Amino acid sequence: MYSLNQRFDNMEIPEDEYMTAGHVACAGCGASLSMRLALKGLGKPTALVVPACCWGIIPGAWPQTAMEVPFFNTAFMTTGAVISGLKAAYRRRGMEDVCVVGWAGDGGTYDIGIQALSGAAERNEDVIYVCYDNEAYMNTGVQRSGGTPLGAWTSTTPVKAPKSESKKDMDEIMIAHRIPYLATATAAYPHDLIAKFKKARSMKGMRYIHILSVCPPGWKTPENMSIEIMRLAVLSNIFPLYEVENSEIFRQTVIPDEVEPVNNYLRSQGRFKHLTQEDIQVYQREVTTRFERLKERFDRIAA
Amino acid sequence: MRKVMTGNQAVAYGAMLAGVEVVAAYPITPQTTIIETLADMQAEGLGNFDYIRVESEHSAMAACIGASMGGVRTFTATCGQGLFLMHEMLHYAAGARTPVVLANVNRAPAAPWNIWSDQTDSLSQRETGWIQLYCEGNQEVLDTTIMAFKIAEKLKLPAMVVLDAFFLSHTSEPIEIPDKEAVKDFLPTYDPKDIWLDPDNPHTFGAIAMSEPYMELRWQIQRDMERAKSVIAEVHEDFAHQFGRMYHQVEGYLAEDAEVLVVCTGTAASTARVAVEALRAEGERAGLVKIKTFRPFPGEEIMGALKGKKKVAVIDRNFSPGAQGIWAQEIRSVLCELSDRERPMVYGYIAGIGGCDISVKIIKEIYYKTLESHRPDDIDMWVGVKYV
Repeated sequence: MYSLNQRFDNMEIPEDEYMTAGHVACAGCGASLSMRLALKGLGKPTALVVPACCWGIIPGAWPQTAMEVPFFNTAFMTTGAVISGLKAAYRRRGMEDVCVVGWAGDGGTYDIGIQALSGAAERNEDVIYVCYDNEAYMNTGVQRSGGTPLGAWTSTTPVKAPKSESKKDMDEIMIAHRIPYLATATAAYPHDLIAKFKKARSMKGMRYIHILSVCPPGWKTPENMSIEIMRLAVLSNIFPLYEVENSEIFRQTVIPDEVEPVNNYLRSQGRFKHLTQEDIQVYQREVTTRFERLKERFDRIAA
Repeated sequence: MRKVMTGNQAVAYGAMLAGVEVVAAYPITPQTTIIETLADMQAEGLGNFDYIRVESEHSAMAACIGASMGGVRTFTATCGQGLFLMHEMLHYAAGARTPVVLANVNRAPAAPWNIWSDQTDSLSQRETGWIQLYCEGNQEVLDTTIMAFKIAEKLKLPAMVVLDAFFLSHTSEPIEIPDKEAVKDFLPTYDPKDIWLDPDNPHTFGAIAMSEPYMELRWQIQRDMERAKSVIAEVHEDFAHQFGRMYHQVEGYLAEDAEVLVVCTGTAASTARVAVEALRAEGERAGLVKIKTFRPFPGEEIMGALKGKKKVAVIDRNFSPGAQGIWAQEIRSVLCELSDRERPMVYGYIAGIGGCDISVKIIKEIYYKTLESHRPDDIDMWVGVKYV
């Protein structure tokens, strides 16, 4: 089905948990699973900064929390700035070892938070910024974001007028910032995801990790299909898993043995139900073109 | 040590002497020389702090909040449009109980563009939960910057030091620079107590609070703002004890026996001292009341200072469209608690908008106009407008 293009220093998933049971994510939520795995990779000491997004709600309402690491809820557009300030404070206190992680949704990254993120990346702040991308404003009820894919239904791009623009290529934007590390990941490949967080933790400077994260109510998918759908995104090159060091060294970390047509991925989700065969062909061409461009860079490094 | 310096340099010295640990800042005229001075101080080793050159004022305040949540003393400076852009995060800083200190150089709001002095920027942050301290001269600017940290940290509420554009920011005066060790004595290293992101004692901050706990937390802000009145008074006394300069939330000048009082804030108060002296020389019983704190509003002291006077002329270098001068509104709302016999008539003048001068001549004119008028409704409150 696929091969893993990297060696994991520990194939076992760490048993440590930094998130308790009793959080309030929806059944089948990709975001809660991604956090659980990410924290296993990061370990302690880690501090999280989270803007308005599903993850502002998932730990539970005051005075309860499902988090066993310090966690600061911040305003929507500020993640990049708050992590910069927090890291500076730890540095001042001689607590350089605390890993400061911004954890924002696609709305908080692609749209309203891009300025603060770009500023932090340009300054090469010593932080990890994670975008868990569920491809719309899910916390407010599935409105279109810059991360919403072409043709998708959302509550602000109804079936009669689905999204007519392609998904913003946020990864390319971050690569253009020439940051030390960028990776894509998904909870469908937990070893790959954990290895990337471990690697990110061992590095310095701005590290950006883009996680594709299924949202069953927003994507209109059955809760028990979440892992399979995220895996299909990888196997059809819609969401290739790779990592980039210093905007120079590109490596695909999970390589599909046989690339699936996008049709299977799109047909698995209610948000794409209205797409015609023609629409799907357009979609397929876009995915193929984008991947080919990326592949050139994988190949260049391999050669 | 005595040194000639601008108001903006005085702010930077205040922050440096206070031992600020993280500065996050973005340039805007006429504040910029504050953050340039801090950059020089850091580069030359005069100040030992981290300096984050952020990409907007919104991010400047956000970075300060992040740093404050990391448990260290933080500072930024801005003015006008920058303060407006920060507005969301001003609320956030107070709600998160981060004692950030911000210097705001009063600048008129656009459009049209105007870089000169006008208090509308800071006064329109009234409901954000920030302590606001206004300054008359550069010595007061430096001293207030140091005191602001102490006040903010005692209360876990953010504090704004406010100074007039150009009249202070770019005007040089000789001022006394306190000794760094003495400042350290007055203001020890910041201890965030239990409000910080401590990895050894992890807590979640700012999570959604349902209506009832939310209301409790908001009430706590109000409770601490009320407490701020006595805390500010104590800090003023401590400062006077240590450095020999005493400040007051409300200060009278030749006010005791005055019949008509002029009420001013910022540099207008400085000019008004000269105007009142000139009026006294002309045989008038004129006096001045200067107000230093806007939030918390020192209602009782104001009542005490104005009680029994016939007339009060409030000079506002700001206004709220549709409701006139902001200090005048606040003062009227306090005075309504006095009996009819004790309550002075309040004349609210608008002057100096967008950097127009409030000269000795203008203040004297305001005094005589107030003295000769029977009722506030009878006279024109906009000083210097030609109504073209």
